[in-house]
This record gives sequence, C-alpha cells and structure tokens, in this order.
Amino acid sequence: MSLEILLDSASWLLMTAGGAFVFIGGLGALRMPDLYTRMHAASVTDSIGPVLIIFGIILQAGFTLASIKLIAILLFLLVTGPTASNALASAALLAGTRTDQATPLEPERKQ
Amino acid sequence: MTIILSIFLLTMLVITAVAIVRIRNLFAAVMLSGIFSLLLAANFFLLDAADVALTEAAVGAGISTVLFLGALAMTAETEHSSSTNRGIALIVTTTTLLALIYATFDKPAFGDPAAPIHQHVAPWYLETTREAIDIPNVVTAVLGSFRGYDTLGEVFVVFTAGIGVLFMLGARSGGPKRAIPEQTEGLRHYQVPRIVGRMLIPFILLFALYVQFHGEYSPGGGFQAGAIFAAAMILYALLEGEKRALHALPQKLLVFLIAGGALLYGGVGVVTMLLGGNFLDYSVLADDPVKGQQMGLLVIEAGVGITVTGVLLSIYHAFAARDKF
Repeated sequence: MSLEILLDSASWLLMTAGGAFVFIGGLGALRMPDLYTRMHAASVTDSIGPVLIIFGIILQAGFTLASIKLIAILLFLLVTGPTASNALASAALLAGTRTDQATPLEPERKQ
Repeated sequence: MTIILSIFLLTMLVITAVAIVRIRNLFAAVMLSGIFSLLLAANFFLLDAADVALTEAAVGAGISTVLFLGALAMTAETEHSSSTNRGIALIVTTTTLLALIYATFDKPAFGDPAAPIHQHVAPWYLETTREAIDIPNVVTAVLGSFRGYDTLGEVFVVFTAGIGVLFMLGARSGGPKRAIPEQTEGLRHYQVPRIVGRMLIPFILLFALYVQFHGEYSPGGGFQAGAIFAAAMILYALLEGEKRALHALPQKLLVFLIAGGALLYGGVGVVTMLLGGNFLDYSVLADDPVKGQQMGLLVIEAGVGITVTGVLLSIYHAFAARDKF
C-alpha cells in the first residue's frame, strides 16, 4: 500500500516537473527576442520534458509491454529532437539570420 | 476525461483551421496543415478509430506535408490576395454552414447504441468475423473481405491518381537539369541529420513491415504501411540525394510496383473465380475456409501496400525531378 503511494507520488512529481519544463520552453519560444534564443529555450526543455513525463508514465505502467514501447518512444524523441533543432539552427545560419535580428511572431504582417 | 481532451483537441483543430485560412505565408500554412492532421489523428484515436488515426498521421501529417513542400519549392512562398467575389463566397459558406448545423439536429447522440449505423450491418460484421475469418481486428476483416470490392476500387483510385500525376508532372523530366556536384547533392555535406537519418531508416522500414503484416491483429494494413515505406524512402532521398534514391528503387521498378500491386489484388479475385468461388471470395483459397480468408487478406493487403508505396514514391520523384520555374 505504502509502496503504491510512493510510486504514485514519484510519478506525479516527474510528470509535473516534465510539464513545467515544457511550459517554460513554450514561454521562452514566445518571449525570447530572436530565433536562436527562442530555439534554445524550446529545444533544451523539449529534451528534458519528455524524459521526465515518460518516466512518470512508466512508473504508472509498471513492468509491462507498454513500458517497453514508452522507452522506444523516448529513445526516438531523444534522437530526433536535438537533430531537428540542429537542422533548424543550421538552416537559419545558412539563410543568413543574425543573432541581433529580431524575428517577429507574425512575419506576414510586415508586408 | 476523454470528453475534456476531445473538446481541447477540437478547439485546437478550429484554431489551426482558421490560422491556415488567414496566414499568407504558404510555408507556415503547410506546417499548420501538418499540425491539423496530427490533431485530427489524435481525435480519431480518442474515438477508438486507431486504423484511421494511423492513416491520418502517416498520410496527412507525413507524406502530404512533404509533397506540399515539394510543390512549394516550385512556386513563391507567399500567397497573393486576389479574391474578388467575397460577397458570393460569404453567402455560399454561410448557407452551407447553416444547412450542416441544421442537419446535426437529426443526428443520434454520440455513442448511442440505438443509432441506425449500429443496427444495420455492423452487428453482423462483428459476429461473422470471429467464425468466418477468425482475426481480432474487425476493421481489416471489413476492409479486405466483407467490403473487398470497395477496397479494390480504392486501390484503383490510388493507381489512377499515380498514373495521372506521372503524366502531368513527368512530361518535362527529360529536359535539361541543373548540374549538381556529387558532394552537395541531398544533405550529404551535412553530417548530423544524415547520420541520425541513416540510423532511423532501418527501424522505419521494420515498423512499416510490422504495420503491413500485423494488420490482422493490430491497427494497420496496406495503406498505412505503404505510406510509412514511402516515408522511409523519401527520407533516404532527402539525405542522400535523388540519384542514389533512384538507384536503390529505379523509376521503372516503381511503375512496375504501381501496376503490380493493383494486379495482385485483382489477380486474387480471378484466382478465387477459377477455384469455383465468387470474385474476391477468399474461402476457396485453402481447404479450410477460415485459413483461405486469412491467406486472401494477407495477399490483398500486400497488393495495397505495394501500390501505395509505388504511387507515393513516384509522385515524390516527379516533384523532385522538376526544376524551379
């Protein structure tokens, strides 16, 4: 009984922390001044957020097939997320976006 | 809880749809349409329609986003606003909207077991699947066996679409091409996505095989597997360049796949007729009618997967072969 409470509170803690990281990342993506800092905010928190959330769900699922699938999803996210961020930053660099160049949220308004 | 999630997802869907209409940047519109498909897939999954959700995620969010981007590479990135008859458009959409809202009043309540759709043939499908085909996924049974004619028709629609696109887009592919140095073709000069992509492609292909041949037991089947196969090959083409991708799966082979898959499906029907059954009645394929049904499903799903892979890859290569206008 007490083990169950322990597991539940640990999983609650992990999922809340993961959610908080993702929320902060989203806030950073909206509030930061230029593309690179925005990406930095979103990509770093998007790597730690899913790890915490998925470990929280694994504590709920226990030793089942679902846990193995969740670990596979986690590995996939851990490999593809940073790669996508790297590709985006590299594309921005190639396109000539500078760090001091503010990128407005709605570029179509400029025209 | 499910209702809260559904309402949240549907609200996001409406917001995304409005954003797609309002935004002038076509690149952003393509990305938003991918998000739209993903939200729709999540909605389908909440409604327990896992097969449809898988199709929507693979085709809507995956392949069509890539095809849209390919089309976008040939045109400008921003939309010209050239709508003149706004009044008429407003009247037409408002009338349609009111008619649709009026029509929803006659709908049965959500999940109502007494709704006409749950009374007609659905109970018969659910009962007969266990004794006649003996597979857990009723969707595959309905798609492949009970309504095998419809699925054959769908395969021929995909086949016709592929041939049509090849005729329209492939016509100019013989023209002069930009000379691309070997090293800069694809993303070969750029290591990070290339290495990660090469690592992922085998797993994507394995997953496609799982979706293809496990379709009788879990969500999936030929349409979804074909889209995932094509996605893996498109990833290879993006990373390694068109030349190597066409070397791995040449255009001639793709045309053969397009026709071969549809032929395989139709051929199963002819074989069942020759064995004395009706067209696409798989029971005569083996001594045990249940085994015959399972065999027939496996073969026609393979035919569907082959045609879908061939068509999607051909459309992608047709886009990629064209220069900018």
